[in-house]
Amino acid sequence: MKPRPLIEAVGLAKYFPVRQGLLARNSAVVRAVDGVDLTIARSEVLGLVGESGSGKSTLGRSLMMLDPPTDGQIVFDDTEITPFSDRLLQPYRKRMQMVFQDPFSSLNPRMTVGEILEMPLRFHAAALDKAGRREKAEQALETVGLPGQYLTRYPHEFSGGQRQRIGIARALILEPEFIMADEPVSALDVSVQAQVLNLFARVRQNMNLTMLFVTHDLAVVGHIADRVAVMYLGRIVEIAPTRTLFAQPRHPYTEALMSAIPMPDSGNRRQRIVLKGDIPSPISPPSGCAFRTRCPYAVLECAQARPPLRLVEPGHQSACIRDDLTLVSPLDAVSEASPTWARAI
Amino acid sequence: MSANITVSDLSVSFRSARGYVPVVHGISFSIRPGETLALVGESGSGKSVTSMAIMKLLAPAPMTRIEGRAVVTDNQGNPVDLVALDEKQLRHIRGNRIAMIFQEPLTSLNPVHTVGDQIAEAIRFHERLSKAEARRRALSLLEQVGIPEPAKRLDTYPHELSGGMRQRVMIAIALAMEPDILIADEPTTALDVTVQAQILGLLRDLQRKKGMAILFITHNFGVVAEIADRVMVMYAGRIVEEGSVLHVLSSPRMPYTRGLLASVPRLEHAGLGQAELGTIPGYVPDPAAPPAGCAFHPRCAHNKPGICDVEPPELVEVRAGHQLRCSRWQELCLEGGVR
Repeated sequence: MKPRPLIEAVGLAKYFPVRQGLLARNSAVVRAVDGVDLTIARSEVLGLVGESGSGKSTLGRSLMMLDPPTDGQIVFDDTEITPFSDRLLQPYRKRMQMVFQDPFSSLNPRMTVGEILEMPLRFHAAALDKAGRREKAEQALETVGLPGQYLTRYPHEFSGGQRQRIGIARALILEPEFIMADEPVSALDVSVQAQVLNLFARVRQNMNLTMLFVTHDLAVVGHIADRVAVMYLGRIVEIAPTRTLFAQPRHPYTEALMSAIPMPDSGNRRQRIVLKGDIPSPISPPSGCAFRTRCPYAVLECAQARPPLRLVEPGHQSACIRDDLTLVSPLDAVSEASPTWARAI
Repeated sequence: MSANITVSDLSVSFRSARGYVPVVHGISFSIRPGETLALVGESGSGKSVTSMAIMKLLAPAPMTRIEGRAVVTDNQGNPVDLVALDEKQLRHIRGNRIAMIFQEPLTSLNPVHTVGDQIAEAIRFHERLSKAEARRRALSLLEQVGIPEPAKRLDTYPHELSGGMRQRVMIAIALAMEPDILIADEPTTALDVTVQAQILGLLRDLQRKKGMAILFITHNFGVVAEIADRVMVMYAGRIVEEGSVLHVLSSPRMPYTRGLLASVPRLEHAGLGQAELGTIPGYVPDPAAPPAGCAFHPRCAHNKPGICDVEPPELVEVRAGHQLRCSRWQELCLEGGVR
């Protein structure tokens, strides 16, 4: 029997009203998340990728009940939490924590690192006394590779990478089961990004964490995730185990997204699929398959009905009706092209 | 063919409470027509300061001190040194012979003027033209940078355009006077990968047609491989490795370059549950208190006390066109390569 997932979303939707015109009446809605079914298994890292405007951050925030969904259900550890009030949610909030993109705006500049780290404990571990909180905060800092004496310092005394470590320590201090990380390495330099990714991999292992890793960077997701979901205009268009997604993409959007990643393989400029235009407005998405307006393989049928996400092989789902396509994997080109020294690393 | 821009021994210092702090140390390079030179480095390496110094966009003396030369050709075909020009003379060169595009097009465009007016203004600043004529040129430029329905877009405001479209408008303004040199400072960093691929393709096409030299500043080695012919790696205000993209990306010799490349997650390893990414310990040094000897030695896995922390290494040529700054490069090569 398959183990029960930690998080399950069924038909999840999040709409935002758009005010337009002189009287500012609600004349339209943005369907930021539009009917998503998703499960995350215990101790799994699910990567969620998509371009800006795809709805990936909104989906993450809805799953955490930070932006309660307009429609659909969220089941956390066998309990449906969607109808819960803030008070009922509180014990669940302790079990799900978040790491944000910008380590500069997500830490209060007027609080010391110690105060920042102890804040969640004040809410969720009221039984703990001052000394107990301090000890926990010190431990959390050490977990993320920073010395305990940093507790008395302020955020501005730290570099971007160190601040992101502090943000991770704050998320870990309540020993959550689930972490949602929203673009946690996008604002960092590559060498610092590598340190933070290694840290995520380590704490995930040591604390047996379940994670949703939201990012626009497919190379990052390839490194950290067990499974990857690709989102386009509020819907998941493909979901598969990471290696499968990279080796055998089944949705043309995934193919295009991967083809667009510039890789440091010198002298080997791959033939690319360059999509035309931008992502359409989520206020009036195209009929049928939302990707058809930019898809190089679109046919008439694509405009007719919204293609459902369906199983194309065990564990691999895609929302494309064209089963006849053989799509290009970025691995086809790289395997021979990568320099010998890089393969040795 | 002679170079479109020749920078020699360019140094930049910023004034601080304790005197001038050097942030760029004697950088030299030249770019030929139709060539793209990438300048790579982490935040704080001095790559943007270098480009701003060439464009003379930094705070004027005495706040900053710029030394060295940056020679381009003026409208009459005479060589001029940008460093020596005053603001009035610069105005004829900047936006005309040498243009620049930035990371965030929304802050570089004026929100209260239409796209068409802004392009026309850039043209009329350098050339005596009627408004109607300038508008026709603006239209043709929008067409050249691949904006759909260009006639309609002339009268839109920047906020009505997507990030990719705004960057195309910036490119249209930059190319209005057909400059010899384009400086592109992280022009695709804020864009999605699919849009980035479009913009890189556009820059390549325009370069092929117009033959301009491009200085492309980025922190992304993938983008370097995609667009550049040659690459310079910058660390703590100095060029530490320079060569063809092929040489530098497939056989980097300087430990810093190797460290940076090893920290990039590689697609071919995706989903294999791979080992840790390579990292470089520590941080970029404070320009006011640089380490003795090689600026990278405190973070370098191959640091040898008595050598690396004594003499700052010179830039040496290790093969034709491939230069680097490391006192131990020969030893490290013999050891079977740096890891």
